[in-house]
Amino acid sequence: MAEHRNDDRDPTPEVGAATDVARLGRGAPPPAHERTATEDVDVVDWEHVAAMPEFHALLAAKRRFIVPATAFFVVYYFALPVLVGYYPEVMDRRLPFGPNVAYVFALSQFFMAWVLAGLYLRAASRFDEQGRRILEALRRRRAA
Amino acid sequence: MTTALWMFIAFVGVTLAITWWSARRTSGTSAYFAAGRRITAWQNGLAVAGDYMSAASFLGIAGMIAFNGYDGFMYSVGWLVAYLTVLLIVAEPLRNAGKYTMADVLAYRLNPRPVRAMAAVSTLTVSTFYMIAQMVGAGALVKLLLPGVSYEVAVVGVGVLMIVYVVFGGMLATTWVQIVKAVLLMSGSTFLSVLVMRHFDFRAELFFDAIRHVPVVDASGALTTRDFLRPGLLFKPPYGALDQISLGLALIFGTAGLPHILVRFYTVPDARTARLSVVWAMAIIGVFYIMTTFLGFGAATILTPARISVENMSAPLLARELGGEVFFAFISAVAFATILAVVAGLTISASTSFAHDFYTNVLHHGRERRPGEEVRVARIAAFVVGAVSIVLAIGLQRINVAFLVGLAFAVAASANLPVMVLSLYWKRFNTAGACSGLAAGLVASIALIAVSPSIMGTEPTALINGTPLFPLKNPGIVSIPIGFLAAVLATLATHEPSAETRFAELTVRANTGLGAEKATPH
Repeated sequence: MAEHRNDDRDPTPEVGAATDVARLGRGAPPPAHERTATEDVDVVDWEHVAAMPEFHALLAAKRRFIVPATAFFVVYYFALPVLVGYYPEVMDRRLPFGPNVAYVFALSQFFMAWVLAGLYLRAASRFDEQGRRILEALRRRRAA
Repeated sequence: MTTALWMFIAFVGVTLAITWWSARRTSGTSAYFAAGRRITAWQNGLAVAGDYMSAASFLGIAGMIAFNGYDGFMYSVGWLVAYLTVLLIVAEPLRNAGKYTMADVLAYRLNPRPVRAMAAVSTLTVSTFYMIAQMVGAGALVKLLLPGVSYEVAVVGVGVLMIVYVVFGGMLATTWVQIVKAVLLMSGSTFLSVLVMRHFDFRAELFFDAIRHVPVVDASGALTTRDFLRPGLLFKPPYGALDQISLGLALIFGTAGLPHILVRFYTVPDARTARLSVVWAMAIIGVFYIMTTFLGFGAATILTPARISVENMSAPLLARELGGEVFFAFISAVAFATILAVVAGLTISASTSFAHDFYTNVLHHGRERRPGEEVRVARIAAFVVGAVSIVLAIGLQRINVAFLVGLAFAVAASANLPVMVLSLYWKRFNTAGACSGLAAGLVASIALIAVSPSIMGTEPTALINGTPLFPLKNPGIVSIPIGFLAAVLATLATHEPSAETRFAELTVRANTGLGAEKATPH
């Protein structure tokens, strides 16, 4: 089964079959993705990982980005229907080159989404790095 | 007409060739349901964008803006911003949990059978709503292009064609059909947008001035002009503002609950690719939705609403006006390919859910009795889902397709999203909560639609005669909180210690990818 490893640095344990092609016949063990928690609980010591300080740091780092980012885009987005719905006169004010405030604000939502996605990509590469360190620590522990 | 016909035939031929090609490559369950998990980020981004830029977006929004001006653009905005919910909250944990369907994530730490059964019901409902919208668009399109063919015959013909190739191609085929179609749709829309701007000598102020003075026929039959840039033509007082917010909620939180979008994140090798593919999709979808204003406002100003025979046909008719018969044929064929591709994706997610969640895991306790049974059941389910949608599409032909899709989003936001978020992020969450949340969200959104002004009315065209019991057309503002509330209350009322102990494991999996499904080897 080892030949299916994607690359050597990847310490992810092989869970069940290397492919999830439907198991044949009755009573064969289910493929990895169909296992319930009880069925593959021994593969990784989940409780141990969950208790690692590195893992807590990863969760905290994600929370620090995702919670404010979500709050921001929800507020920014709903400002549009609220303002357009309740203050149509203000939103219909004309701007240079012909559009009104409502159109420009709607257009700005697209750029807001793109910028936020870009910021998330940058933050997420840090999360990936943290995740890699956790996997390395696990590998060292298993080797020891 | 014959040009259009030949282009149609060419597109159908190309998609059938893709299906044939991938059918030869597709063997086994993972290949059929998840394209072997070997789709790359940009490919998946294009496919997600393709799934999303459906007939509703292309035909529906253009028509909505052509008839209602600015308010139609609100759909476009919500549909793009919704991807932030997908990107920040759902895509990566979903991929890391490494499954075929939304229900796999829920079943992980909850009692699998009741949860899967409920999730399959809601998946089928959302897919069917979405599919009806596509079929209505397809029927209108074919009827316009081939005047001798009735709407009913068109819908049946299109439906049968779709089913035929979904059943054979599987996920790999629908992914590639989406990619091809997304490229064609983007090129066609870009060209049409340029033609619109050329009509106004590439001067924004001329374009906006025309939008401010769209000729319309008022209630008394007199010709007048209306300001299409002004908000409020569609969302009228007294409930318009609230309706708009309600729609926004459904769009923002519904996308992350759409089964045919979620299954796309299982076709990539890992969470990082899933994330990158969302960003690819956002880039493509964003540009496309900005262009819907050129198409919609272009149709309103250049064609004027009076000359658009069918609202959903605004974009193709605009293409004929500005680019002649050949471009019209091209745009129509692209729209047709769009519908085929999206329905393929919908059918596959619906039938996957039925076969994987309901048939294999609920009825047969997760065991296939014969090799390949799950794929076979999925193929049969694809026939049934297609047939039901054909019948419903024939009954609902006059409804704007963007609006129909809005309803699919409302159901997805009320039933699917709450339980998915709670299951990923709330330790205390349990089986009773998941089942009640799914059931309450589903029933609430459908019931509110049934008594809303879109179904009930005093005019003779209304499906149910009587004063609407619920004043809003979009149920999200009430049904989404109901979905959340039902899930939370049922959870608090019951105890399921096993669900709590398995939470640590789910969190580790979701955040590190430990134990996630890898791409299958060649």
